[in-house]
Amino acid sequence: MAEELIRLEKIKKYFNGVKALKGVDLTINKGEIHCLAGENGCGKSTLIKVISGAHEPTDGKIYFCNKEKTHLSPIDSIHMGVQVIYQDFAVFPNLSVAENIAMNKNLVENNKKMNWKKARELSIKALDMVGAKIDPDILVERLSISNKQMVAISRALINDAKVLILDEPTTALTAREVNLLNETLRKLKEKGMAIVIVNHKLDEIYDIADRLTILRNGQNVATGLIEEFDRKRFVNCMTGREIVDEIYQPVTSDQEICKVSNLGLTGYFQNVDFSLYKGDVLGITGLLGSGRGEIGDALFGINPATEGTISINGEDRKINSISDAVKYGIGYVPEDRLTQGLFLTRSISDNTVAASLSEYMENGKLNRNKIDRVTAKWIEDIGCVAASTEIPIKTLSGGNAQKMVIAKWLNTHPKLLILNGPTVGVDIGSKFDIHKILHELAATGVGVIIITDDLSELYYNCNKLIIMSNGESSGVLQMKDYTESEISEMIKNATKDLK
Amino acid sequence: MNKIKFKNFATTNEAIVAYTIVVLCLLIGFANPAFFSFSTVITLSRAMLITLIFAALEMVIIISGGIDVSFPAIACISAYSTIKLILKFDIDSIAFFYIFASAIGLCFGAINAYLIAKRNISPLIATLGVSSIANGATLAFLGTKEFSNIPDHIDSLSRSYLFSFTNSAGIKYQMTTLILIPIVLLIVFFIVLKFTTFGRGIYAIGGDENAARIAGFNVVRIKSFLYMFSGVLAAIGGVTYTILMRQSSPQNLMGAEMMVIAAVVVGGTRITGGHGTVLGTVLGVLLIAIVQNNLVMVGIPTSYQTFVVGLIIVMGTGITSIRSKHIANSAKI
Repeated sequence: MAEELIRLEKIKKYFNGVKALKGVDLTINKGEIHCLAGENGCGKSTLIKVISGAHEPTDGKIYFCNKEKTHLSPIDSIHMGVQVIYQDFAVFPNLSVAENIAMNKNLVENNKKMNWKKARELSIKALDMVGAKIDPDILVERLSISNKQMVAISRALINDAKVLILDEPTTALTAREVNLLNETLRKLKEKGMAIVIVNHKLDEIYDIADRLTILRNGQNVATGLIEEFDRKRFVNCMTGREIVDEIYQPVTSDQEICKVSNLGLTGYFQNVDFSLYKGDVLGITGLLGSGRGEIGDALFGINPATEGTISINGEDRKINSISDAVKYGIGYVPEDRLTQGLFLTRSISDNTVAASLSEYMENGKLNRNKIDRVTAKWIEDIGCVAASTEIPIKTLSGGNAQKMVIAKWLNTHPKLLILNGPTVGVDIGSKFDIHKILHELAATGVGVIIITDDLSELYYNCNKLIIMSNGESSGVLQMKDYTESEISEMIKNATKDLK
Repeated sequence: MNKIKFKNFATTNEAIVAYTIVVLCLLIGFANPAFFSFSTVITLSRAMLITLIFAALEMVIIISGGIDVSFPAIACISAYSTIKLILKFDIDSIAFFYIFASAIGLCFGAINAYLIAKRNISPLIATLGVSSIANGATLAFLGTKEFSNIPDHIDSLSRSYLFSFTNSAGIKYQMTTLILIPIVLLIVFFIVLKFTTFGRGIYAIGGDENAARIAGFNVVRIKSFLYMFSGVLAAIGGVTYTILMRQSSPQNLMGAEMMVIAAVVVGGTRITGGHGTVLGTVLGVLLIAIVQNNLVMVGIPTSYQTFVVGLIIVMGTGITSIRSKHIANSAKI
């Protein structure tokens, strides 16, 4: 029988009357990888904060090693061996790896002195435990995201972590880095550590989890060994509705929307050809740096192409700047919606009309009524859950915010919509909704290009595919000619020769 | 390993400033051999003395991710009001001068601390406001009269020397005892910043305040302490300046903040916080002092000094920001 480390019973947490957790049970055992899944806003983060002592539960019991703990404070929790690794890792970019790793231990032990030699020894020991090869003297600002994460994990280990909690650890990692992380976590598990991973990506959960707890609306929906969950039950539990991935079956016509020939950007990609007809959804994939994102940037005029031609609705267009692209009816949903796609602190309505503001100018004044009407209509049409048009857009969950980024561009009535990573950090329900919107768009004659490294997203939503490798295009592949595993194999081969 | 360490040092900001200083010294010395004499050391030390005190406090504040533009005003009001009190009640005590002024500096520092650490107001705006309050209060309540009748005992400190030396032309050069203040201060700062958890916490806050909070630093307490301490140091700087110059005026240090911030930033402290060393700050102050005091020896008229200082600031900060951009964009390990 597995040895129990933490047990939560009937945890309730209310914020000013809002019920974030409505009686959640959770048991974490030694030597297991436990995934905590659920859509955005289901209470995962709140639950973690209860375990880490950052929030005191309104009601319920917390047991550490079968002993009840009341009034758990963050430092108590650390002394019990709970270590949380947040999404931004909370590392110090300006300090060395060694210092980052040793800093917490120094604070926990209340040392007044900084012992550089000891810090270095500690960090080498910790990095060894994780199996990371990083120079301890280097500044953290020079590390990749994946290595920053390794530093954060090392720092947790050095504090005698018994339970390691990772909050959405894979959001910013590439597929290869995810594998590396999983390897590390399995190694730690074998040493008897309990690992809790918050995630909502199905494939990754199946890869790593031993046990699974699914939350929805602050309640337990299901918990059990991963083998007890097939895909259908899993999705059903997460979203509370039946979602079936259907392969996109376009009704194509010969009405050409966009034709790109011989497109190239010196140093990034070359010889990219494709044409989009009404109903087509084109997928572009490849590793980061393979030129996949740069094609989107070139079409939208962020980094204009240096060679090749682009024609839209049969007319040749030169796109040298973003304003050219907007003028010719191109919309672009960028990779990072937080820094590139949204004005975070502004209201939903301000964001919705941001790309089409001139339409609302009347006699030198903005027509706020019209803006609010249009925004309200988009919120309804696109299925965004929002209390009003005036709340700041940063208060929306990832999925809802992404829907509004898409609405912003749809409001410009684009002829071609390019989406770079349209469902990164978006929960399954919203992901499904977004895909449906894209299919409807394509059917009405908007050209849709999806740039992504999510294989199932490509397979189920695109009818044409380009695989980029080292700036070279594979040419346009017809999705219906291949099975999912064949596509997977081709992507692997195309990316294998790199490094 | 040592080779790598040397190579790392050879390309640090400190090293670049050091090269610039060496080249500048060689140029000046080549044009005017009189530069290479011990007297230069003494005059430069005197010129750097006050700037070093201010630069030390500004460096620590900038490392923590903040900025303080109120120190000249705090220095003026604490020294000027104390000297008025001393003259009125005939209190001829160095200790009183320093302690009372420090207490006033502490009060103004506490206002900064409250606004910045507790109320989360942007440090530039808060200290700008406090600067106006302090300077305005001096002019409105204390008057504008300058005093040069410093009491004897206090004044004697300005004539106390560590050592003196007479050059071949028979001119006597004397090293003021007051130079010990910045020297002790900088040594203490070096040790605290490098070898204490508190000091590393200052860097941590400048690197990522939120991460510092999660790690367990009491961010509000550390920041409050820094701004209050900064007020005290400003007062000490103001008092020292009064003794050194043997006169007190309500405004004479106003405007010093730009040159001090420039010296700190040229010395490699990043204005965005998290980076900076005592050695770099000393070198930055030295570089600007040489330009201000010795450029005239190679025939560049004094009126060009501001221009040259500006040039150095633009180039110095330009190099720093290009380097940090380069690091941010370079391939990650």
